[in-house]
Amino acid sequence: MALIDDLGKALDSSPGGSVILTSVDAIMDWSRGKSLWTMPMGTACCAMELIAASFSKFDFDRHGTIPRADPRHTDVMVVAGTITYKMAPAVQRLYDQMPDPKWVIAMGNCAVSGGIFYYDTYSVVRGVDEFLPVDVYIAGCPPRPEALQDAIFQLRKKVDSESVAPGRVRDVEYVLPLPGDPRAGDRIQALRDGGGRK
Amino acid sequence: MTEELVVNIGPSHPSTHGVCRMVTTLDGEIVRHVEVVIGHLHRGIEKMAENRTYLQVVPLTDRLDYVGSMYANWAYCRAVERLAGIRVPERAEYLRVIVCELQRIASHMMSVGPAGADVGATTAFMYTFAQREQVVDLFEQLCGARLTYNYVRPGGVSMDVPEGWVDNVRAFCRSHPSAMAEVDRFLFGNVIARQRMKGIGVLAPEDAVAWGASGPVARGSGVSWDLRRDDSYSVYPRLDFDIPLGSNGDCYDRARVRLWEAIESCRIIEQALDQIEPGPVMAEAVPRLITPRPGEAYDHIEGARGSLGVYLVSDGTPRPYRMKVRSPAFCNLALVPMLAEGHTLSDLVVILGSLDPVFGEVDR
Repeated sequence: MALIDDLGKALDSSPGGSVILTSVDAIMDWSRGKSLWTMPMGTACCAMELIAASFSKFDFDRHGTIPRADPRHTDVMVVAGTITYKMAPAVQRLYDQMPDPKWVIAMGNCAVSGGIFYYDTYSVVRGVDEFLPVDVYIAGCPPRPEALQDAIFQLRKKVDSESVAPGRVRDVEYVLPLPGDPRAGDRIQALRDGGGRK
Repeated sequence: MTEELVVNIGPSHPSTHGVCRMVTTLDGEIVRHVEVVIGHLHRGIEKMAENRTYLQVVPLTDRLDYVGSMYANWAYCRAVERLAGIRVPERAEYLRVIVCELQRIASHMMSVGPAGADVGATTAFMYTFAQREQVVDLFEQLCGARLTYNYVRPGGVSMDVPEGWVDNVRAFCRSHPSAMAEVDRFLFGNVIARQRMKGIGVLAPEDAVAWGASGPVARGSGVSWDLRRDDSYSVYPRLDFDIPLGSNGDCYDRARVRLWEAIESCRIIEQALDQIEPGPVMAEAVPRLITPRPGEAYDHIEGARGSLGVYLVSDGTPRPYRMKVRSPAFCNLALVPMLAEGHTLSDLVVILGSLDPVFGEVDR
């Protein structure tokens, strides 16, 4: 990816290059976001839902997310399950083996914060974000496979806002309000009031 | 004899069925020695139970054997009921039998399918997983959860069945045996799969007994030992069922025993649905804070992997003084070094898969 990085740097610094840069960004982000191959880092219960997500009923592959056991083939690590202090070095090592650009999804309460194993135990890492940069968190114990699919869509939005030029961010407008967007409530109220028109 | 080579497999490896690490000493392609390293999923559940009240431990038992959560629920609740002297209503006992036999189907589907995938027959996994999804849907209708149910509680079950659930279960039990016959035909009838599994990892009956193996691993070797019949509990004495037995004790027999048990479970469920009568599903006057007298209790059930036991010690407080889980997966996993010796590296994966370990229960 060194070539792409150099290209982004060169375009960003040259006069008028940002016009081309936006097109390059659009192509890069489109292609990256549509084929997020996953590294299924399943350790415990959530791994069952991770398997279920790729099988016939939920059929993950149609979103371009193919599970690969080799970290060198993958873009996004799905940490599904409890990470113990004994397991953490292995997870870190697998993450280091993934090529850039790479993302992490923390699936389930154990990977988010330790979950049910937060208190009273001596062996559980309290959230995978203690040693990995997590991009998307999915709550649930375990989350449904649909929640994992939603996480891929959320991650795709994040990929869309990245630029090949270092330090730049693409300005992408989201069509749907994100959960927790304070404007969402106003919009729903406006719809109730007859679309804001009297 | 070539120079010995040490190969590390795991802890993150697609064929280890969880977070198992195997340090394998190879002579060419032949396995000379395997050292199984466990503990990558040790979450201290037994220790955590000492800081929870008796009711609060039930969700922890869900996370022990996450492929068959109902069993751990039930084994724990039986130990609590024995400790506190709680009598369970008959309808609750029938419901427990029904959900646990459904769970046995779901769990065995998660073993037969990967057994095929281990030998290269990935199609079987697709078929068995479709069956598993149907069971999981039934559980979702029953208690709202797909995987961690928290359904069996001390004194009964958490809620009665919803409307139409019994009909859905009956419909599933009618369709399941034919689906299993299909899997039997194209997985166990497949020449390549047979050659990969027959005669691999042969476990002699006396070894199975000596090493404490139980469940389909022991029955695959022809050891006729099933707690549902030999230490009959709950309403199993009123139900008529066969116990499938293997003859050679190889990977093929172990996987096939699981397939036939899944068919046999349908018979048990249908009988239980015929016999079940309306009534309460929770014992009366079970206190929120169960405080048994000082003492100890052990109870075991036939889980999907074998004899699953829970040992509880009470010191008269609302929290257990000690909880110990007798995990069948742990005992069966101990067989790997013995079974794999002398086989090729590719057979090691098949042998591990045929023992069907679940590491939540092995490491606890």
